[in-house]
Amino acid sequence: MAMLSFEKKYRVRGGTLLGGDLFDFWVGPFYVGFFGVTTIFFSLLGTALLVWGAAIGEGLAGQTWNLWQISIAPPPLEYGLAIAPLYEGGLWQIVTFCAIGAFVSWVLRQAEISRKLGMGYHVPVAYSVAVLAYVTLVVIRPLLLGAWGHGFPYGIISHLDWVSNVGYQYLHFHYNPAHMIAITFFFTTCLALAMHGGLILSVTNPQKGESVKTSEHENTYFRDALGYSIGAIGIHRLGLFLALNAGLWSAICIVISGPFWTRGWPEWWNWWLNLPIWF
Amino acid sequence: MAEFQNLLTPIQVHGPPDPGVESEHSDKNRIFKPGGMNYLLGKIGDAQIGPFYLGWLGILSLLFGFAAFEIIGFSMLASVNWDVVEFIRQLPWLSLDPPPPEVGLSIPAYGQGAMWLLAGFFLTVSILLWWYRMYRRAKQLKMGTHVAWAFASAIFLYLVLGFFRPILMGSWGEAVPFGILSHLDWTAAFSLRYGNLFYNPFHMLSIVFLYGSALLFAMHAATILATAKMGGEREIDQITDPGTAAERTMIFWRWTMGFNANMESIHRWAWWFAVLTTFTGGIGILITGPVVDNWYLWGQKHGLVPQYPDVYEQPLVPVQPGELDAPYLGAPSSDPLPGIGTMEGTGPAPEMMMDVSIPVPGLDQVLTYDAEMGR
Repeated sequence: MAMLSFEKKYRVRGGTLLGGDLFDFWVGPFYVGFFGVTTIFFSLLGTALLVWGAAIGEGLAGQTWNLWQISIAPPPLEYGLAIAPLYEGGLWQIVTFCAIGAFVSWVLRQAEISRKLGMGYHVPVAYSVAVLAYVTLVVIRPLLLGAWGHGFPYGIISHLDWVSNVGYQYLHFHYNPAHMIAITFFFTTCLALAMHGGLILSVTNPQKGESVKTSEHENTYFRDALGYSIGAIGIHRLGLFLALNAGLWSAICIVISGPFWTRGWPEWWNWWLNLPIWF
Repeated sequence: MAEFQNLLTPIQVHGPPDPGVESEHSDKNRIFKPGGMNYLLGKIGDAQIGPFYLGWLGILSLLFGFAAFEIIGFSMLASVNWDVVEFIRQLPWLSLDPPPPEVGLSIPAYGQGAMWLLAGFFLTVSILLWWYRMYRRAKQLKMGTHVAWAFASAIFLYLVLGFFRPILMGSWGEAVPFGILSHLDWTAAFSLRYGNLFYNPFHMLSIVFLYGSALLFAMHAATILATAKMGGEREIDQITDPGTAAERTMIFWRWTMGFNANMESIHRWAWWFAVLTTFTGGIGILITGPVVDNWYLWGQKHGLVPQYPDVYEQPLVPVQPGELDAPYLGAPSSDPLPGIGTMEGTGPAPEMMMDVSIPVPGLDQVLTYDAEMGR
């Protein structure tokens, strides 16, 4: 079946956050729970609305089933923060509502499963940072700018076009200091992940004829190479810190663009050139 | 509840410092042997600093790297007439640029990018020596060489940007400048020159793997920290002899998303995602120019580009009052970036461009710029 050999003893009822015993069961490998039901509800409804939007060609000049081109656009700016007619961004608004409902359900579902398994709550906390970044893009920034039209469209290429266009509205987005920090965190996360993954694989898959190494070898390799080894628990604290900061600073870099800085980002750096300390 | 989340080490126990596993040359080449303990590092991870292995590969790599760093720094200092205050003030904008296009792939003269070529050569030698150092340290410790091969993927991207692609394009001038903001300018200009890099499928893949790396590390690190009270961070033990920590990490993701890795395979996912970020990125850069000249037109040809509705009744090109009332006479006299435009080597004012025809490669059409547009 869908159960791992050791799984049966973990499939114990109880420990739910909400709903008591009502949805406290499994379907195949999945745990259901109250938040599993809400996740299914919001994600099926949202996906169905996206397909409907694609069928009527909402947000595009014409209808298309080309997966790259399908796009569900937010309402035109004229509607401000009002509810828009269904075919003029109303679909986007309901889909956004469903997406947030599904993402928040997923966070709570992770919390419930953590609780059932007696684990810490690191996974739901980490995932909520990603949800925060999404909410920043489609709710917080549009609210601050006064129109839902500032959200990004739901489409593979159209969301890339949105990133391009919004970036060039600030002339050169690479000069956004929070964007710089976010990219640095992304690249550092990738570097640290390569180093951690590579190290564990190199210790458990040593050279031919050698037995599997231990944490002494892990520490020795990085102390030899860099003079410091952060250790087994430390690399996971560092990795979580780096990955969450990548998401967090991405949210910061877009929410300050518009609500708090309306000019080109290259111009922002003038404060440095005009500091009174230069003589 | 907070003490069970294992975010910081509450009690540090320090034994004698670990001298490291014995290997070839390890007695002779390990320096900083006693290994100090740092309290703050001990809060997040291992407190011990050192030892550090420094053989000939490491010494040469550090020397070449230092030489490259100094060439770049002194070239920037020379560009502000050896004024140290201006050097610090303008440092983010300063740049050591590759040669102009007419130099091609020949050795440029001094002042024509020679220092860029020299710095790039030294930096490349330094990086390759460091790669071999990582590889040989793993070999001498009888470990796998996975870290070195992951590093090789990053070096591939670096070599594509500064070496392989310039050779395919026939000019060192295609390469990336050394500079904090100038390499960002290069990136933006590169995307614009080749018609929006977002339409480059290998750029798409690279971004997917970059974001995927952040996602994977967040998932993995959070899972390990969440099971640390059962010993989840002892990954080698949990791989060779899985205990309840490994079982719960697997079951957590199985219950959540119907699929799980195991304690070893999650590190294979991690390694591949990180390696493919730079590898697919390198392929994307390599074919931009030599194979594809305009990614937007490429995307149009292959049916990627959506047709948006006309949002405005006519295209609106904002024109500042008075902008087009008089012929353009060059840069304005008031200095928008004080100190930047006044450096030596400021070029002549751009010529008046009011009616320009731009042939678009691969398109039987000529884009015309009409100065009266939008009035």
